[in-house]
Amino acid sequence: MSAETFSNAPVSVAQAQAWDAQRRRARIQLRLRRAGVYVVAVALAVWILLPIWLIANMAFSTPQDVRAFPKSFFPNPISLESISFFLNAQGIIPSTGNSIFVAIVTVVLSTILAVPAGYAIARYVFRGRDAIRLVMLSVRAFPIVVLAVPLAVIFLQLGIFDQPFTLALMHTALTLPTTILVISSVFASVPFEFEEAAQVFGCTPLQAFFQVVLPLALPGIAASAILTFVLSWNEVFAAILLTLSNRTLPAHILYNLDKSSDPFKFASAFVMLVPSLIFIFFIRRYLFNMWGQINK
Amino acid sequence: MAEIVIENAVKKFGKFTAIDNVSLTVHEHEFLVLLGPSGCGKTTLLRAIAGLGMLDSGRIIIGGKDVTYLAPRERGISMVFQNYAIFPHMKVFDNIAFGLKMQKAPKAQIQERVENAAKLLHIETMLDRFPSQMSGGQRQRIAVARAIAVESGIVLMDEPLSNLDALLRLEMRAELKTLLKRLGVTTIYVTHDQIEAMSMGDRIAVMRNGKVLQLDQPTKVYDLPVDQFVGGFIGTPPMNFLHGHVHQNGAGYVVRLGDFSLTPPQDVHPALAQQRDKPVIIGIRAECMEPMKTASPDAVPVTIDVVEPLGAQNLLTARIGQDTIKVSTHPDFTVSAGETIWLRFPENKVRYMDADTGRALAAETEKALA
Repeated sequence: MSAETFSNAPVSVAQAQAWDAQRRRARIQLRLRRAGVYVVAVALAVWILLPIWLIANMAFSTPQDVRAFPKSFFPNPISLESISFFLNAQGIIPSTGNSIFVAIVTVVLSTILAVPAGYAIARYVFRGRDAIRLVMLSVRAFPIVVLAVPLAVIFLQLGIFDQPFTLALMHTALTLPTTILVISSVFASVPFEFEEAAQVFGCTPLQAFFQVVLPLALPGIAASAILTFVLSWNEVFAAILLTLSNRTLPAHILYNLDKSSDPFKFASAFVMLVPSLIFIFFIRRYLFNMWGQINK
Repeated sequence: MAEIVIENAVKKFGKFTAIDNVSLTVHEHEFLVLLGPSGCGKTTLLRAIAGLGMLDSGRIIIGGKDVTYLAPRERGISMVFQNYAIFPHMKVFDNIAFGLKMQKAPKAQIQERVENAAKLLHIETMLDRFPSQMSGGQRQRIAVARAIAVESGIVLMDEPLSNLDALLRLEMRAELKTLLKRLGVTTIYVTHDQIEAMSMGDRIAVMRNGKVLQLDQPTKVYDLPVDQFVGGFIGTPPMNFLHGHVHQNGAGYVVRLGDFSLTPPQDVHPALAQQRDKPVIIGIRAECMEPMKTASPDAVPVTIDVVEPLGAQNLLTARIGQDTIKVSTHPDFTVSAGETIWLRFPENKVRYMDADTGRALAAETEKALA
């Protein structure tokens, strides 16, 4: 092959034309493949961005524009009427407070529980490790209703029904599997050699964990905490079942959905969306980096 | 006192025996190299000494204290890891100071020792940086500085140069050797690179399959390998092995190599007596033969297959009977493939080995085995 390409031997005209045609075909194919990738990427982006745009667009339009047809691509004029109506509606502020409280308690509880569990799964090979992983995942495999109804009964018996803290316990149970798996992958990406070096230079295993491993895992743990926050913020089913008067925001919105106007729905959807968007903005880097990038 | 004694160390991973009854003593101020191919147990042994992996049986005594069951921090050692294990979230200063801080040393002493260690490794201007802003070679220096700053008297090194590029490795090799000698620390150094072992070690322990085959000075290990494996593992090119045959010749013995007879020195004769009329391996280093262009009664004729001019030497590949032999010659010794030359085997440079076990047939190994 190389002998052909680099030899100075005269090449027939027909041969040269054949090579030319071959190269042109290869170039066209390459361009088609690239174009294909772009088409798929753009389609995916539109698929996800279009509903978000629609919601944001409607949330900032006047109520008249929301009902008008055809709709404009940009809100014109930009109006905060719907948003402020939504925020001032009865029950919104207290339920937002409940949501934040539940989410924070969930984050604290599930992180405190998931850090040691994730560390153990990442570092140690112990009897029953795979079984424990499976059991954790199976919690997610059950429909929430299967868990929530018996829990509601237990909470009623214990007299802690309809309290934000009780809902936070439920959310902790729901988010824990995900949190543990994410945090264990964060720990797995911190090389064990760091811990060994710390121990050689005078640390007990516990000191090595706090001095070396935890600081290195902290960004990943923070990312997982934000993920937990959003999971709790968005969770609606258990929230409806386990609370009556102390509703969280999504539960409150869902409960009142059929009684509310279109502008109200768009405004509520937008307010619900914002934390997730902020979350993705901050967590992006860590989601890409999560597996085995802390070596440096 | 920084002497390390290992007695009958055994370590198994399931059915695999990683360390098979190893006993050795590392003297104070000594630079001992554990050398062997991957999987020979050298790193496992080093980790056992560090306390990062417990032995199944046997004892480890450091400075007169039995540390077999102690945690790494209680052993009074420091270590340089293969991937450096420099903490990325700490500045260079804090990395080097880590061991001293854990010992709760006074601030002034930490400052002084860190600066000294950094100066010795030529990184004193970088104490304020993070490791991620530094090159591989500089990180290597941090790792060494961290190990010497605690002044434990014992430094364990696990292939510390293997991640550096060839030129830097050459430079660090000499620098490390001088530094550790000057500080007088007892060093155990693990490597699979036989040139590193030869150039740095006071003594080399050659390991294979969890056993120490030979523990001696580099020149001894090189000139008088205890068996065929050691001869083949150490040296570039490795030792040549030819197939010969032992014959009785009056009161003494000769080893026949085709039509040619080698006369072994007297002290090998008792060992050869047991191999009478049996095949024997003749081991000789490439640079130990005398090549000649003219026939001589005490030289073997060989036909040259390949000539490799390497600058400092010409490396010839030739054939004797069914064996291939590498001969290192002076660059002025110009020959070309296909020519015949004559090789003289100096009596004291030839190593005879048992054809079945590969073990050297020599007075000192007989003694060692007895």
